Amino acid sequence: MAIWLTKDSKVIVQGMTGSEGSRHTRRMLRAGTNIVGGVTPGKGGQKADFDGNALSVFNSVSEAMAETAADATVIFVPPKFAKSAVIEAVDAGIGLAVVITEGIPVHDTATFWAHNVGTGQKTRIVGPNCPGIASPGQSNAGIIPADITGAGRIGLVSKSGTLTYQMMYELRDIGFSTAVGIGGDPVIGTTHIDALAAFQADPDTDAIVMIGEIGGDAEERAADFIRASVTKPVVGYIAGFTAPPGKTMGHAGAIISGSLGTAEAKKVALEAAGVSVGKTPSETARLMREIMLTR
Amino acid sequence: MVDLYEYQGRELFARHGLPVLGGGVAETPEAARAIAERLGGRVVVKAQVKVGGRGKAGGVKLADTAEEAQARAADILGMDIKGHIVHQVMITTTADIAEEYYFSYLLDRADRTFLCIASVAGGMEIEQVAHEAPEKVAKVLIDATKGVDDATAREIVAKGGFPTEVADQVVDIAVKLWQAFVAEDATLVEVNPLARTGDGTVLCLDAKVTLDANADFRHPDHAAWEDQAADDPLEQAAKARDLNYVKLDGEVGIIGNGAGLVMSTLDVVAYAGEAYGGVKPANFLDIGGGASAEVMANGLEIVLSDPAVKSVFVNVFGGITACDAVANGIVSALDLLKQRGEDVTKPLVVRLDGNNAEEGRRILDSAANPLVERVDTMDGAAQRVAELAAAGV
Repeated sequence: MAIWLTKDSKVIVQGMTGSEGSRHTRRMLRAGTNIVGGVTPGKGGQKADFDGNALSVFNSVSEAMAETAADATVIFVPPKFAKSAVIEAVDAGIGLAVVITEGIPVHDTATFWAHNVGTGQKTRIVGPNCPGIASPGQSNAGIIPADITGAGRIGLVSKSGTLTYQMMYELRDIGFSTAVGIGGDPVIGTTHIDALAAFQADPDTDAIVMIGEIGGDAEERAADFIRASVTKPVVGYIAGFTAPPGKTMGHAGAIISGSLGTAEAKKVALEAAGVSVGKTPSETARLMREIMLTR
Repeated sequence: MVDLYEYQGRELFARHGLPVLGGGVAETPEAARAIAERLGGRVVVKAQVKVGGRGKAGGVKLADTAEEAQARAADILGMDIKGHIVHQVMITTTADIAEEYYFSYLLDRADRTFLCIASVAGGMEIEQVAHEAPEKVAKVLIDATKGVDDATAREIVAKGGFPTEVADQVVDIAVKLWQAFVAEDATLVEVNPLARTGDGTVLCLDAKVTLDANADFRHPDHAAWEDQAADDPLEQAAKARDLNYVKLDGEVGIIGNGAGLVMSTLDVVAYAGEAYGGVKPANFLDIGGGASAEVMANGLEIVLSDPAVKSVFVNVFGGITACDAVANGIVSALDLLKQRGEDVTKPLVVRLDGNNAEEGRRILDSAANPLVERVDTMDGAAQRVAELAAAGV
């Protein structure tokens, strides 16, 4: 089944005619994603060719949805225009908006998130600054390489792109139901908790890998959620044990503020909730392997 | 995120019509004296450092005359406050403080919105107040689509329990501070203390501001503040080349792709270093998904120019970018450095995995650079690079 993104998902790409957008549209099509069109304001009515596949370009998300019955959008527009692109997707009532764009001002993200909440939260926003969602063998929305691994029964949720790829690679012989990159920004639409809840409910997911990093308290809150509501085995990994306080480590959200947001606090919280936390990505993969092979 | 110095925050507040004390910033005792003369009367000389506890460290002094201000500035400039050298002092007039309050707006990650914190118990750390007298700390979530208007500000002032005689002034400050918070793309604006003076005027006596670097594209004027914020020369050089670099205090240079993987690499190297005399990572450097030869060369140049670095770990997982391209990048980066006249003598441990890893490894092997050693697992490579660093120390 996978979560949120399946072979039935009809995907549009906002910013499809831009350089990043077109490159990844081609990639997603090759991965089997059912891309039904793209949105670039002012270019409506044109066709964009991808390896002989001519996709329609629309002026707006609502127009694209009316014409194609799209239910998911992947957003590649530059940071300056990202807020209006997401608000447009939310106003059109699309079910899933995956925001790949990196470098969106946090005031803009807080504003589009508040807009989504204020209009009844009809759209699941994933990201921003995330690699997207991949349900191997079914669909791929974003920039996660499609050929790392095939379908399987592990669910993965991560703040980091490359650690997602690394984990999928280490467990490629076992496979994944869905991998969700939620992004490393301070404000994100979909949280670890949202993904944990969806994996818990997904009949095709047996166990969950959760990758976090320093900053904020999302992992601590996820630990509380796991204790209360997750019965499937969860293996965790936290990056940034040796990061110094007060320095932003690449991701805008990865910063230890005072005693808040340390990797140690997150590890302790997760272990207290019964999660096995690996010391390195390889050890984490080993822990998951043991769970999957002894089932 | 960029933290401003107090004087920069004060300037930002003044720009948005918030009541601040008259003053200026000086880099020399003579300049401090000139400001004190212009202000007239009693002044306070404050060390400009981005660390708390400067008052206790002797970084805040009163001066009754301009001569005295010059002498106090001479004392404070060059001081080392918790590892931060004082390069600038701010000189302001003094206020006759009757009461101290606290007021801030900040990003609330957990609620994915903004939060106002207000208290009539100001002048000390708000965390301490929240711990000892939580009933004195008002927290009000702000809807990012609505912001803070007069009505919201009155709600905050009522919840905070501000005295009636200052309510109108605090409401005005709350609205203007919100406008500053939004207009400048801040993630924190904090006034502590927000003070009532003997004559009943409410003033912002301190200004703590953090700006969102992602919003720089709409704030060309913020660049002047940020350049002064980066004080490490390697970080400045990296910034000039658009590299995501943080200087740390160890011996193993780190280059990787993706923030999470690089953070993870730092950890794995630090663990491995425990067995080799405690060698640690010397830096964080994320060269991003692309990992082109030029970016790799720039990154290697920065990392190798750090005299503390004894060995370098290049840790790449090929996702969209294939490992053969990364391997070619490393090989040509080393050539490029040679052309730039750099004398590369430090050993490199390279771990390539993921997309087209085998071809990437073959390229490294056939280039046969004696400084480059290939190890195929992250944990194994971390062991080896720690061992090499320990041997070079």
